[in-house]
Amino acid sequence: MKHVTRLLGAAAITAGSLGSAPAFAEGGTLVIGSTQVPRHLNGAVQSGIATAVPSTQIFASPLRYDENWEPQPYLAESWDVSDDGLSVTLNLVQDATFHDGEPITSEDVAFSIMTTKENHPFQSMFAPVDTIETPDEHTAIIRLSQPHPALLLALSPALAPVLPKHIFDDGQDVKSHPANSEPVGSGPFMLEEFTAGEAIILKKNPDFFIDGRPKLDEIIINMVKDPSSLLISMENGDVDMYPFMAGSQEILRLEKADHIEITDEGYAAVGPINWLAFNTKSEKLSDVRVRQAIAYATDREFITNALHRGVSTQQRGPIIESSPFFDDTIEAYDVDLDKANALMAEAGFGDGMELTIDFIPGTKEQQQSVAEYLKSQLKKIGIDLTVRSAPDFPTWAGRVSGHEFELTMDAVFNWGDPVIGVHRTYLCSNIREGVIWSNTQSYCNEEVDEILNAAAIEQDPDKRKELYSRFQHIIAQDVPIYFINATPYHTAYDNRLMNPPKGIWGTMHPLDRLEWSE
Amino acid sequence: MSSSYILRRVGYGLILMLGVVVLNFLLIRLAPGDPAVVIAGEMGGASDEMLASIREEYGLNKPVITQLGIYVGNVLQGDLGKSFFFDQPVSSLIGQRIGATILLVITAQILSILLGVFLGVIAARKPNGVMSGFVSVFATIGYAVPVFWTGIMLIILFASVLPIFPVEGMQSVRLRSAGGLTWALDVAHHLVLPAFTLAIIYLAQYARLSRASMLEVLGSDYIRTARAKGAAEKTVLFKHALRNAALPILTVAGLQFGNLISGALLVETVFNWPGMGRLAFDSILRRDYPTIMGVLFFASAMVVVANILTDISYRWADPRLRGKS
Repeated sequence: MKHVTRLLGAAAITAGSLGSAPAFAEGGTLVIGSTQVPRHLNGAVQSGIATAVPSTQIFASPLRYDENWEPQPYLAESWDVSDDGLSVTLNLVQDATFHDGEPITSEDVAFSIMTTKENHPFQSMFAPVDTIETPDEHTAIIRLSQPHPALLLALSPALAPVLPKHIFDDGQDVKSHPANSEPVGSGPFMLEEFTAGEAIILKKNPDFFIDGRPKLDEIIINMVKDPSSLLISMENGDVDMYPFMAGSQEILRLEKADHIEITDEGYAAVGPINWLAFNTKSEKLSDVRVRQAIAYATDREFITNALHRGVSTQQRGPIIESSPFFDDTIEAYDVDLDKANALMAEAGFGDGMELTIDFIPGTKEQQQSVAEYLKSQLKKIGIDLTVRSAPDFPTWAGRVSGHEFELTMDAVFNWGDPVIGVHRTYLCSNIREGVIWSNTQSYCNEEVDEILNAAAIEQDPDKRKELYSRFQHIIAQDVPIYFINATPYHTAYDNRLMNPPKGIWGTMHPLDRLEWSE
Repeated sequence: MSSSYILRRVGYGLILMLGVVVLNFLLIRLAPGDPAVVIAGEMGGASDEMLASIREEYGLNKPVITQLGIYVGNVLQGDLGKSFFFDQPVSSLIGQRIGATILLVITAQILSILLGVFLGVIAARKPNGVMSGFVSVFATIGYAVPVFWTGIMLIILFASVLPIFPVEGMQSVRLRSAGGLTWALDVAHHLVLPAFTLAIIYLAQYARLSRASMLEVLGSDYIRTARAKGAAEKTVLFKHALRNAALPILTVAGLQFGNLISGALLVETVFNWPGMGRLAFDSILRRDYPTIMGVLFFASAMVVVANILTDISYRWADPRLRGKS
């Protein structure tokens, strides 16, 4: 027993000292802590944060975006949009290769965009792409059936990874292709090891086509399901970066740590919105006055300041407020209980009504707490609200996608351009039974459809902005959704890191400029 | 102990495993929620066509009984299927994790038996002494406290307030390429809190059991004889008494193995231990049927094997049972 005790003591001391020793020299390792678990690493057939963070390190794409929403060269050193908006020519860099040494050609770009068009859940990204011509090895001409101003943003690393055709075009279904878990890309980092659900280890690509990058030698994405454990690991220095952190407890506590910086930048293109959705086909909620009454009764400021302890920001409309398309003149529905009660009486519910609210399980502060707050708040306008919990995500998703709900809390991303992440929630044509994050509100307004369809093809940025402005005003009037707050995603990182990911895509963007200052 | 006895026990074990496979399959299908919707949700939403193709790809559009037939047929051929979520063979997902679970469970088992029996023997020496009272109180608390709560308390104490142990995982990511002793010490360092958390509940049980068992044995005639002939107290306790008192402990150790594995599920989740338990927990939330069934299959197999080994070792330890079927 004595020997065992001595051995364990020695183990604790040795491993403890080894674990806390900073081992960074030139290059160095970055450990990213993540609560997200990717299915695989191929962002061409899978959306979501979990896949996009590693996928954007492994795969390069035609363009990348700066912090001012301006496209920048990446695999395409230049590009040209024709005057009629019906073709986009990409001129690829000459000497780029995949991690296996094969050169990247226009054939790879064409294959990748068509594969993404056919398999990615965001079908609006490349829907207007008819064909892609490849007149030479370094030129790809994208032919469109209609102008598609969202196309350039869709060519970002998070949405359009360039796949090696020689690996993926082998007759197997790309959605379940074995290479999705052992990907070969052309990005700044190469996959060394992927243990599903546990860790992803990425090594520097020594032949990356941008000279002098990446700066780091290695990125390790360590998956830790429990945010509290991740918080302690971040404090202890076991983890260097914790992106997509949304809990006020973690944010406020890590703000106090000396060696940690916290930023809410890096999520503009993600556009995460936390909202209250109405089933507009429900008998009680089909009357817009009831929906407006609920909107007037809800105190957005209380939710962001008290429930979210000041870490989240208010969100008034369907387009994230940090987007250039947001219109800040829309009706905000500031709290007005008299008006709310009057609207309830007008709608014939002066004696009150009973309603049920659902919420996404597992995100207590953003979802469950708000639902519980609404229960007490809506009592003030005569609504007896039952909060219905779901044991897990599939149960909630089943209820909402099956339109078996009255009110539900939900959280949806804008994904950069409204065509990609906003239209899907409001188009009449996207009311689809069994499909989560479609138009599950069953909201249908032909005028909205016309405006969105026009905005999707409008090339003049000012006119496009005007169309989205009209759209936002109509949605504010019709209230298929009451918008509450931008999900308060923050990135915590070791303050010795230089060039932290604060661009519009945050960590869903190549981390090739990130480096240690010592 | 005849080989026919062992063969019969193995035969019963295989039949039991088949029953477990069928029952697991049916029970899991009773849970509400459609895996295709989860996969689509993970993909960020999907069209009707995509949902249909997901169901087609994973065979979810076939009648349940057909799916059962296909599954059992595949299992008999050693194929546990492909994870709905990760699109990887279930056997490889389990292969990556089974070592971590075995390490945790075996360490906890050894820790709980050694410490538990030691405490029990000490307590039995003086049934009305302070140590005996401590063991009884400790056993009651240890048995009553939920394992996840113990884990969280240990994390707060030894990973946050007094940070001497790591909070999660099985090894430091920065040391993963280190080999040999450094690696082993790092794993041992990570193992302390989860193994102790898992061991506490069983440690308490073994302490109580061995205390009771020892008290009974210590009152028997042959112990009095041993003492009368002048044997040292240490010899009386550990050589004469404990050997006989160990039989019920051996039985319980085998029976507890299943509970230990289910306890590991919670402990692995709390400590982010990369074992089968955490995989099972996550897979349940994802409705990843093949993975859940694969983990249950392996967990059941481990319990069946443990029970067979207990039976055999029990007969080996107790000469009175040898030769009986």
